[in-house]
Amino acid sequence: MRESQKLTCINCPMGCELEVSFTDSGEIIVSGYKCLKGLDYAKKEVMNPTRTITSSVPVVDGEMAMVSIRTDRDVPKKLIRDCMMLLKDMKVNAPISAGDIIIENICGTGVNFIATRSVRKK
Amino acid sequence: MEYRDLVIIGAGPAGLAAAISAYEQGIRDILILERENFLGGILNQCVHNGFGLHTFHEELTGPEYASRYIDKLSDLKIEYMLETMVIDISEMRNVIAINEKRGVMEIQAGAIILAMGCRERPRGALNIPGSRPSGIYSAGTAQKFVNLDGYLPGREIVILGSGDIGLIMARRLTLEGVNVKMVLEILPYSSGLKRNIVQCLDDYDIPLKLSHTVTKIHGSERIEGVTVSQVDEDLMPIPGTETYVSCDALLLSVGLIPENELSRKANVTINPKTQGPIVNERLETSRPGIFACGNVLHVHDLVDYVSEEAALAGKNAADFIKNVSSEGLEVEIFAGDGVRYTVPNKVNPINVEKYLPVRFRVTKVFSQATVLVEFDNLPVHKKKKTIMTPGEMEQVFLPKSWFTERPFLRKITVRIEGDENA
Ligand SMILES: Cc1cc2nc3c(=O)[nH]c(=O)nc-3n(C[C@H](O)[C@H](O)[C@H](O)COP(=O)(O)OP(=O)(O)OC[C@H]3O[C@@H](n4cnc5c(N)ncnc54)[C@H](O)[C@@H]3O)c2cc1C
Ligand code: SF4
Repeated sequence: MRESQKLTCINCPMGCELEVSFTDSGEIIVSGYKCLKGLDYAKKEVMNPTRTITSSVPVVDGEMAMVSIRTDRDVPKKLIRDCMMLLKDMKVNAPISAGDIIIENICGTGVNFIATRSVRKK
Repeated sequence: MEYRDLVIIGAGPAGLAAAISAYEQGIRDILILERENFLGGILNQCVHNGFGLHTFHEELTGPEYASRYIDKLSDLKIEYMLETMVIDISEMRNVIAINEKRGVMEIQAGAIILAMGCRERPRGALNIPGSRPSGIYSAGTAQKFVNLDGYLPGREIVILGSGDIGLIMARRLTLEGVNVKMVLEILPYSSGLKRNIVQCLDDYDIPLKLSHTVTKIHGSERIEGVTVSQVDEDLMPIPGTETYVSCDALLLSVGLIPENELSRKANVTINPKTQGPIVNERLETSRPGIFACGNVLHVHDLVDYVSEEAALAGKNAADFIKNVSSEGLEVEIFAGDGVRYTVPNKVNPINVEKYLPVRFRVTKVFSQATVLVEFDNLPVHKKKKTIMTPGEMEQVFLPKSWFTERPFLRKITVRIEGDENA
């Protein structure tokens, strides 16, 4: 049987403290929520937590020193650090347009890192 | 001297939305003055997502949110000048700006919109004994280093203050491989959004120590560590609770203050609670034809509200330029018990269109309390709220009919009643 897990619901300023436990048959039991949003949130957070990653990487020959980037969809939370490793020592050449793919199919997720702004050539 | 119908100071989300809205109201002679060499203001360094949920129903990053307005601005061919710093404005709407190419410029404006944003509380405002070694930065400066300039402020970091910028930087730096040791908050609650506490600290197991502060800074040239102490109810350090934490950088996220040096020069009356101008329902300051919106007016946590407020300022400035008169008496809006401030501070009921939005912040955490709106001390609106915190802006909407039903109204009060925590 999995251990129970404590979470804070982020869907409103109440910030209910949720507790998620599991029955022997694997069912999820959530307690502590004051509305159904909290229940859905807890289920998603224990079954498949995902996040958008945002960062910025250096630009060569650009009007700006850095270009801001993000994942075009959420990635599993446990892969965040692996995805960030791909950016280590990464540089891109200007010009860049907002929406350009910076790294394709990161960590085999099918998700791409894309630029969130345009940077012209110097 | 040059004349312009509308001069907007600052090209952050507030300045951009105000310009677009004034244009849509028929004003064509608009000039935006911006001291940086880019449009979009603080949003350029906010590379994280979470912007625009209310307006666009998707989570944009700062630069993406800004570009929606920048694109529109260029479609409409609204004029702007970059690397142009406004250094003075007068009560009579005379604007003085400097720019390397054109030198000193003097512009007479039909109307002015103040949209200068805010700045971080300087560290001088902080009373920490010990030397002043290098390695102490405001969280916003650190954000600029990392996201715009591309270097890290340190390798082992302590963050003092749990404002949103500090929380966002805790995550950003952790992802860059920096060891963020802890976030300290002197108050018993965080002023940051819950969402940021969970997604920036809890996700990375960064401890948030409430009722804790830095009581000494160690190191002579470069910071080497800090002494951390717990504080009592009066925010005084408790002797015996000191612990030493080594670090090579300390980030301060101790709050933002509206940037109003210019407003003061124009003799605009400032509200001591918000540090922003006193405004009426038209977002007009105490000086006719000078309007204010965005973080220069009061610190917002959601950019969507900044854009919304700025659009209103743009429309009202357009009306002013077109000489739309507003007769009638102004009614004062008071921040009563439990309310730190309201924006606006005055309303001329004639100008209320469908409803009047009144935004405010509470003085402390309230649970199961009621927001009460009173017209001349008689309750007209009650709304029960399960929770309200000083960190999140609250709002009430007062419909036009409430004003038409009460032609002799003198005073509106917003206050909080009943509190479980009390
Ligand atoms: C670090 C940080 C993180 C944030 N995160 C979020 C978030 O996740 N989600 C969200 O919805 N909101 C967020 N916000 C809030 C939101 O971004 C701000 O409320 C919004 O950007 C304020 O817009 P503004 O136009 O009033 O100010 P700013 O964006 O600060 O723009 C003001 C502009 O005025 C210019 N200026 C100032 N003085 C002069 C002068 N004398 N002459 C010429 N130009 C001048 C400045 O250079 C600047 O470009 C965040 C804010 C900060 C600071
Ligand atoms: S469970 Fe409902 S009430 Fe509680 S924090 Fe989540 S959304 Fe808010």
